Amino acid sequence: MFGVLMITLLLTITIVGSNMDVILKQGVVYQVRAEITENPAIAESFANVEDFEKFIDEQIDERIKALGLDAPWYSPQRIGFSMYKILILDFGHATFLTSDSGSSAVGDILLEKIPRTVLLFTTATIIISILGIFLGALSASKVGSVVDRITSMFAVVSSSFPVWWIGMLMIFLFAFTYHIFPARATPSILPTEPGYIIALLYHMALPLITIVMIGFGAWAYLVRNFMVGTMQEDFISAKKAIGINKNKIVYKHALKNAAPPIITILALSLSGSLGGAIITEAVFDWPGMGRLYFEAISVMDLPVIIGATYVLTVLFLISIFVADLLYGYFDPRVKTE
Amino acid sequence: MSSIGSSELKREFIKSKTGLIGIGILSGLFILSLIAATAIPIDTFKQWNNPNNWISYPKATMPIWVNYFLEDKIPEHIIIENPSTITKKDVISVTSHQFAIEYTYDDFPNDFIYEFSVEYTDSPLLQISVIRPDQNEMLLLSTSLPYSDEKVIHHERIFSTDDSIKKNAQIESAKMKLFRDGVSSEDLIFADKYGHVLKGNYLFLVNLYGIEDYTKIIDSKLILGGKAFGIMGTDELRRDLIVGLLWGTPLALLIGISVAVGSVIVGLIYGVYAGFKGRKTDETLMRFNDIIYALPALPFLIILAVTISNSIFMMIGFLMIFSWVGIAKVSRSMSLQIKTRQYIEASKIMGQKDSKIIFKHIIPQLLPYAFASIAISVPAAITTEAGLSFLGLGDPTFPTWGQILHDANVFGAAARGLWWWIVPPGVMIAITGLAFVFIGNALDAIINPKLKR
Repeated sequence: MFGVLMITLLLTITIVGSNMDVILKQGVVYQVRAEITENPAIAESFANVEDFEKFIDEQIDERIKALGLDAPWYSPQRIGFSMYKILILDFGHATFLTSDSGSSAVGDILLEKIPRTVLLFTTATIIISILGIFLGALSASKVGSVVDRITSMFAVVSSSFPVWWIGMLMIFLFAFTYHIFPARATPSILPTEPGYIIALLYHMALPLITIVMIGFGAWAYLVRNFMVGTMQEDFISAKKAIGINKNKIVYKHALKNAAPPIITILALSLSGSLGGAIITEAVFDWPGMGRLYFEAISVMDLPVIIGATYVLTVLFLISIFVADLLYGYFDPRVKTE
Repeated sequence: MSSIGSSELKREFIKSKTGLIGIGILSGLFILSLIAATAIPIDTFKQWNNPNNWISYPKATMPIWVNYFLEDKIPEHIIIENPSTITKKDVISVTSHQFAIEYTYDDFPNDFIYEFSVEYTDSPLLQISVIRPDQNEMLLLSTSLPYSDEKVIHHERIFSTDDSIKKNAQIESAKMKLFRDGVSSEDLIFADKYGHVLKGNYLFLVNLYGIEDYTKIIDSKLILGGKAFGIMGTDELRRDLIVGLLWGTPLALLIGISVAVGSVIVGLIYGVYAGFKGRKTDETLMRFNDIIYALPALPFLIILAVTISNSIFMMIGFLMIFSWVGIAKVSRSMSLQIKTRQYIEASKIMGQKDSKIIFKHIIPQLLPYAFASIAISVPAAITTEAGLSFLGLGDPTFPTWGQILHDANVFGAAARGLWWWIVPPGVMIAITGLAFVFIGNALDAIINPKLKR
């Protein structure tokens, strides 16, 4: 698992590394030239232009060496150094982006964005999974019924719509045609003011409704498919024959037996939700992890990209691990293997 | 997992209703692609990002079919390119172009533009007049083209906002006692006594008088600016959206199908090989699989699109990198099962090559599963590409649906209520996805009969 993490990081650095170098070097050149133009005395002390240019070049080279940029980005020292720093959770400072409070430390930026993403996407995921499990169990207990058919149909139809497109439509309908919800998801008042939480919830409503609406159908369908398998097993038939309440069979016995795969998917989607959804956040202008990622990539802010990838991958791997443990708890047969 | 032969699969599939609906939609989309390829010249599609190509089209107008649902008909954008021509040759030669317009809308046009190129010597006289449904004739413009000794080609656009047109329209409507102050020239021309729209047949006359007999109108076009145009309307950059929507179809199918087929083939062979070989090979291959599985796909796709290339073919490749993983896992576990069957053992003992056993004995068993996963993974590929294009990372030379939505978002279509710019591309994405999901689910139900019951 640790190996997977390291290779993921290595790949990220490899892909963005060369571009990053170019940007950093340009930054140095720009900085040196700016300093010299600010200080006209330096320019006056040179007799001719060539000497002056030579001086500037020397200055630039010196800076590049000082920053360790003279070695290519793929040199073992540089990659090893950046990996080591990430391992001790020192993400360094962002090149361009800052957090809302003005700090440019990647750790601060991430800490600021993660709660927002949790607020929207994790809440949505939890609502989706609860709705989905109940609807799925309901339709699995009545296979072929109207509820079952509608659920399956809804799952198929809703999963083929892109969430962000539905988001655009929702904004168009409820923000601009009927003026029920605001279009931008960020509240206009400051966090310190008293009505902030209500304002935040009000602004959150539209994206939350959109995500839940598109998401729960697929969940219900998935749960239904797991449950249908369980409902056909002998012990359920036996319980039916004894005359145990049907609801009790479905929600207690069958659901518990179908739990392991559901738990796995729940764990994965919870950790996935932490990454936010880049495109959905772009549509609703939600300032979470997804937007951070997109902004970081569009300006090539390497420390932020690496930091965010690292955090997401770690969370993903942890959730796989947790899912495995829970799997063993719900399905003891796995342990003995 | 039961193994099913291809003929049985086909027979079962025909029985499935959703599967047939899927096939129906899919063939509809293929027909659309064919229409796009034949009806729309490939040139138009290359001109998608060239604003000059769209100059005579209106800005952000509704599709014309909304008029069927509206009480007050909004004016259509009319472009007349082939006027009826009358030429008289005397001492003074006259070339007359007549543009007949039946105006039945409940609102005034936005403007009108006369665009022409004419080849002449000397200095011919250009007169534009309009005959209204009430038989009044209004002279709108009388101007001479710039003098020239030699043959020249003169190209000009005359707008309804032209000062002399405005003045003439005011004078003429004052003569008819219709004059109202502060009204634009097109509102005067198309107005009745009370200032409402006068419906009926209008005839725009363009006369070109020249002394020399050599005056030739090469190109002559009257554009009556309206608020509705085309089957799908136009966007802020005056582009006819139907062109983009139609061309988006083959592109989406190309992206979806090639990504799905590519990744299923790679995943299938990779997984089967790992499962069949077993031991160390299996372990190594599956660890590599785990790494790709743990990579956050969309961020990596964005990084790749930004740093390497956003050409559509590279994009197909990038999408493949992230979509074969799941298929490899499943086909590995399936091949682990099939591997233990006796006929595989038998052919091993007979000394057949591994590659032959894999391709002849194992993969054919997995084909139904492969077809189902191809169908199921197409929509994901299409929506992912659309998402990337929506973020502005798509290939700008191809008008995909995601790109149209990206432009819509940039120009704030949702805030301005330009629904015809937002709804159709998304519906097309959804329909395409739906077709493949239907087919995939039908195949899936045949392969896993447990789900159907």
